[in-house]
Amino acid sequence: MTAEAMSPLKIVPMVPKVVSPAPEAPEMATLAGQAETDREVEPAVRVRGLTVAYGSTPGIKSIDLDLPERSVTALIGPSGCGKSTFLRALNRMNELFQGVATAGEVLVRWDGQFQNIYAPGVDLVELRKRVGMVFQRPNPFPKSIFENVVYGPRHHGVSNRALLAEAAEEALHQAALWDEVKDKLNAPAAALSGGQQQRLCIARALAVRPDVILMDEPTASLDPISTGKIEDLLGKLSKDYTIVIVTHNLQQAARVSHKTAFFLNGELIEAAPTLQMMTNPRDRRTENYVTGRFG
Amino acid sequence: MSAKRIDQIARWTVTAAAGLILLVLGYILGSVLINGLPVLSWHFLTSRSSNLEPGGGISMQIFNTIYIVTLSMLIAVPIGLGAGVYLAEYARPGRLTSLIRLATESLASVPSIVFGLFGMIVFANAAGLGFSRLGGAATLAILNLPLIVRVSEEAIRAVPADLRHASLALGATKEQTIFSAVLPAAVGRLATGVTLAAGRALGESAVLIATAGMSSPRYLTFDPLASGETLAVHLWAVNAENSLSDAARIANGTAAFLILAMLAVSLGIGWFARRLDRRLAGQG
Repeated sequence: MTAEAMSPLKIVPMVPKVVSPAPEAPEMATLAGQAETDREVEPAVRVRGLTVAYGSTPGIKSIDLDLPERSVTALIGPSGCGKSTFLRALNRMNELFQGVATAGEVLVRWDGQFQNIYAPGVDLVELRKRVGMVFQRPNPFPKSIFENVVYGPRHHGVSNRALLAEAAEEALHQAALWDEVKDKLNAPAAALSGGQQQRLCIARALAVRPDVILMDEPTASLDPISTGKIEDLLGKLSKDYTIVIVTHNLQQAARVSHKTAFFLNGELIEAAPTLQMMTNPRDRRTENYVTGRFG
Repeated sequence: MSAKRIDQIARWTVTAAAGLILLVLGYILGSVLINGLPVLSWHFLTSRSSNLEPGGGISMQIFNTIYIVTLSMLIAVPIGLGAGVYLAEYARPGRLTSLIRLATESLASVPSIVFGLFGMIVFANAAGLGFSRLGGAATLAILNLPLIVRVSEEAIRAVPADLRHASLALGATKEQTIFSAVLPAAVGRLATGVTLAAGRALGESAVLIATAGMSSPRYLTFDPLASGETLAVHLWAVNAENSLSDAARIANGTAAFLILAMLAVSLGIGWFARRLDRRLAGQG
């Protein structure tokens, strides 16, 4: 599949700072408005009144946001705006940090109905099987490529070698890494390049068969070519998965996402289809940000 | 005095300090090896020691040393690693945690002869083991525990948080995360810590004199309840209590062998740890 076919929209030149596409930006045919109408807009995740506080400082304040199913939602905003905090609240990873308090609801489609993941008694293991995560820097385990991919299934009780091999191959195909590693599955993951490692981490998350994949600036540490590969991959994956991506790169948000949410000082300023956000934002602060007046 | 001059003097001073250490180490190593290496012969290494006539060897002491050090590590490593995992991964700041830390730190500063006498009272007398390899190994394990706890805690803390998060985000439990992601990533540092502890056990004598004893069974046995004089204890005993004409020769030979063994252990485990690290880091 070519890059054009999977890119949901083209950024329309409208203001000096945002126009220049990154080196890997493909020529695109579709516009976001079109892409949006073709899609189911039913949300996979509904966030209601989500507040996360570190000690006394509120990290994010009372956020309401729907994350559409099988599409890419980009979270943008300047450093410290709370976009990563919001992301980590979606699979309850914030709780790994001491002194974090969360209020509000995150409703995840779970066996056909929406379930609040902050309700008492929610099984975190089950939650994280449904809502996977890819981190800012590639963080493969100090194990072989194969063992990295099957880490999830293995710990969820799959021990049959053939099943694991099947799952690994499928996930590596999905992550567009299979052809590069099929002959060295037993080589250490650390021997791969940074970009390959990040795709391995995506494969590792896919092998758990989640519904939602959270990505926290997944290309921040990668070169443009590796970044391009991952962006292409996002387009493909969004046909089957609900993806939420934090990015500080506006062009990236424009290239890969269907919906964009703009965060500022812990508040959600605006969320809309990406093209609208980039060309015709409702809020003055969004406009200032996307036109590069601050960042 | 000009800043430049002071700079020069500072450089000389620290270089001299480093040189002095090298000199002392060189002198000790040199004199032990020069006096001891000529003694090391196949006969010396493979024959039994004798309290009655000259010409004895150290075969039983070598066996006892390997036996007791291995046994003590088998006791100390699981307990120390467990406590290290607890402190690094589970303990919340609080009274219990401070108490555990205080206990390990106090244990670390207790002189080894105190452990020896403690072991004698508890294992040899109260538990009725008498002079035994098991009692000696258990006492050695207690001596080494604080070190192993500390190095395991540090090794585990040094594992990047990213790796833990990656594992938890894949739906692994905390236990699975510790065993499958954290400990494999810490293995190099853990091995270094275990080497340190093994080296210390190898050279320890005060702990063992009154627990493992200063004699060996008359025949080769794996009986943990048999007494077992180690090389370091033998070295001390030959010098302190033996009137054989070749006591000095035996002591020299034993010391040389002990030093070579310690070198071999640290180089061996260091090599193993580096290899393991390299393999996991993908360069080997």
